[in-house]
Amino acid sequence: MGGEAVSSVDVSAPEPGVDVEAAEREIAGRSLTQIAWSRLRRDRTFIISSIVLIVILLLALLAPLITSLLGVDPYSLDKEAIDEAGGKPVGPWGGASVEHPLGVEWGTGRDILARLLYGLRVSLLIAFSATVLVVVLGTLFGIISGYSRGWVDGFLGRFMDLILAFPFLLIIIALSGSLTQRLTDLGIPEGNASRITYLILVLGIFGWPYLARIVRGEVLSLREREFVESAVSLGASTPRILFREILPNLWAPILVYATLLLPVYVAVEAVLSFLGVGVLPPEPSFGAMLADSVQYFTLIPSYLFIPGTLLVIVVVAFNLLGDSVRDALDPKAAHR
Amino acid sequence: MSDPTATSSQDIVEVDDLRVHFPVRSRGLFPRVIGQVKAVDGVSLRIPSGQTLGLVGESGCGKSTTGRAILRLAPITSGSVRLEGRDVTELTRQQLRPLRREAQMIFQDPFTSLNPRQTVGTIIAAPFRIQGVEPPGGVASAVRELMDRVGLNPEHVNRYPNEFSGGQRQRIGIARAIALRPRLIICDEPVSALDVSIQAQILNLLAGLQDEFGMSYLFIAHDLAVVRHVAQRVAVMYLGRIVESASRDELFSAPLHPYTFALMSAIPVPDPVAQAARERIVLSGDPPSPLDPPPGCAFHTRCFKAQDRCRSDAPALREMGDGHQVACHFPMAEPATDPH
Repeated sequence: MGGEAVSSVDVSAPEPGVDVEAAEREIAGRSLTQIAWSRLRRDRTFIISSIVLIVILLLALLAPLITSLLGVDPYSLDKEAIDEAGGKPVGPWGGASVEHPLGVEWGTGRDILARLLYGLRVSLLIAFSATVLVVVLGTLFGIISGYSRGWVDGFLGRFMDLILAFPFLLIIIALSGSLTQRLTDLGIPEGNASRITYLILVLGIFGWPYLARIVRGEVLSLREREFVESAVSLGASTPRILFREILPNLWAPILVYATLLLPVYVAVEAVLSFLGVGVLPPEPSFGAMLADSVQYFTLIPSYLFIPGTLLVIVVVAFNLLGDSVRDALDPKAAHR
Repeated sequence: MSDPTATSSQDIVEVDDLRVHFPVRSRGLFPRVIGQVKAVDGVSLRIPSGQTLGLVGESGCGKSTTGRAILRLAPITSGSVRLEGRDVTELTRQQLRPLRREAQMIFQDPFTSLNPRQTVGTIIAAPFRIQGVEPPGGVASAVRELMDRVGLNPEHVNRYPNEFSGGQRQRIGIARAIALRPRLIICDEPVSALDVSIQAQILNLLAGLQDEFGMSYLFIAHDLAVVRHVAQRVAVMYLGRIVESASRDELFSAPLHPYTFALMSAIPVPDPVAQAARERIVLSGDPPSPLDPPPGCAFHTRCFKAQDRCRSDAPALREMGDGHQVACHFPMAEPATDPH
């Protein structure tokens, strides 16, 4: 593995005058991370999907800048762009024009492009935060469960079963009102801030057991490896063994799981907003835009296709990225 | 040596009647203990300072578990382990920590004994960091010295284990084990995963280190030729017990236990004529399950000398003179040339 790249710099006695430090830097070996990275750099799928995702991330981060440059914003109503009587956008393609490149909303005249970019922000914020929460909780409980075994493992295992057995979509919808209110009482600003926090928390709390199970399985196998026994025989403390010896060996499965979980949460957020649990109007989101588009679909198909297409691009790009990362981190995967 | 309870100040390790039993639990919501795997069942041994005790036996006979129990890596059911005269059997993990400097382990599989996410430098520095020892000249230079001593290029300190061969990886494991200059090293089949050509290099390295630092080795192996090369004294284990123990020359020239005799006869002789003339004892079957050991002598199911007494009476380890101990009712006649 990687032998061809290191054999060429095998200098045991540097020539006098040769920069010893530079030589040593070259001798510095290739870690598994570096090997994975060099594989990724040759993977066209990874390059394309990460470029797409970087563009999407920039669009989301710079949304206020972009919209102000274009002279649009997601909230203000434009009575000029819609028909006074029925609220139908003036012109073809949902009223696409120089002022409103992707058209305007039926009835309000709000700019679709601006709403799309702001919706992207909300979607990615929820998806990223929930994924981070899942990674933190799943890794922590997975390591503890796998390393401790015994009754701790048994208890955590049953607890995870319990969480997984909940019909979580129903619970999210059923409890959204009262729990969002509870978050508001706890000091989180009322309205969308509370609703977004609620979504992140429930998605994270119902999502971690899947990762914890993967991590637990890995830890069960890792803890039997002799390097763990070696650390024990040197007198290492349990936290040191867990976080210095075992955790660095878990990054591959965690990273793969996280990259594959992100698109799921982008889609789930859209579903929940569609069902009315997500952010409230006038704050835009993918799901809300899709929900609105349904009634105008036969008249103005672009309402459905614009957010739909972006959603598909985001989800597919994350999935392809996840696949590439998984292949690159798998030592048994065939070199391509 | 004849009296197993006598404490000699020269002995680095004294193990008395060590037992390691693993409970077997039933599956289900409320597991019950339904049996005991007696991995180690009454082992006593001594290792004098600066010497090597070879521990041989088939796989599953409990020799690795014995070594791991001495380092408290396997749970001790009963018996006692003393390191340099200090009883470590009951010590807590905290109390054990400072003693970890005195006894280290070299592992069998050089591919799992090194953390793939750590550089060689980190791996070899771990003993200093974990034990909080600051060697004169600093950790970095100590690591380089160790690498040099075990025959690795110190400039490879930033490489990862995946870039080394099996033999080189075993050298890394050896450097880690000797870093704190322990008095005892448990070598758990340190060469059985290596090519024969590499085995000799590693064995010579271990011998050289022993001469230099005066360490004691407990050398666990299933390869008798390897044990003969390194050990001054050899103990043979079968199903959790020591069945024979003697000095190397004594054991190899005049084995008393039928099991040892059968093992010896399996060593090929590098002379076709002598090999053809030799009698080979081939043991039939597998060792019995340690979950349900046979009554009497555990070896009677495969022994070519077994009689009624062996099936009912477990033989104790008894002294046959000259420090040669055997657990057998009908030991081989001396000199052991003809088993009939």
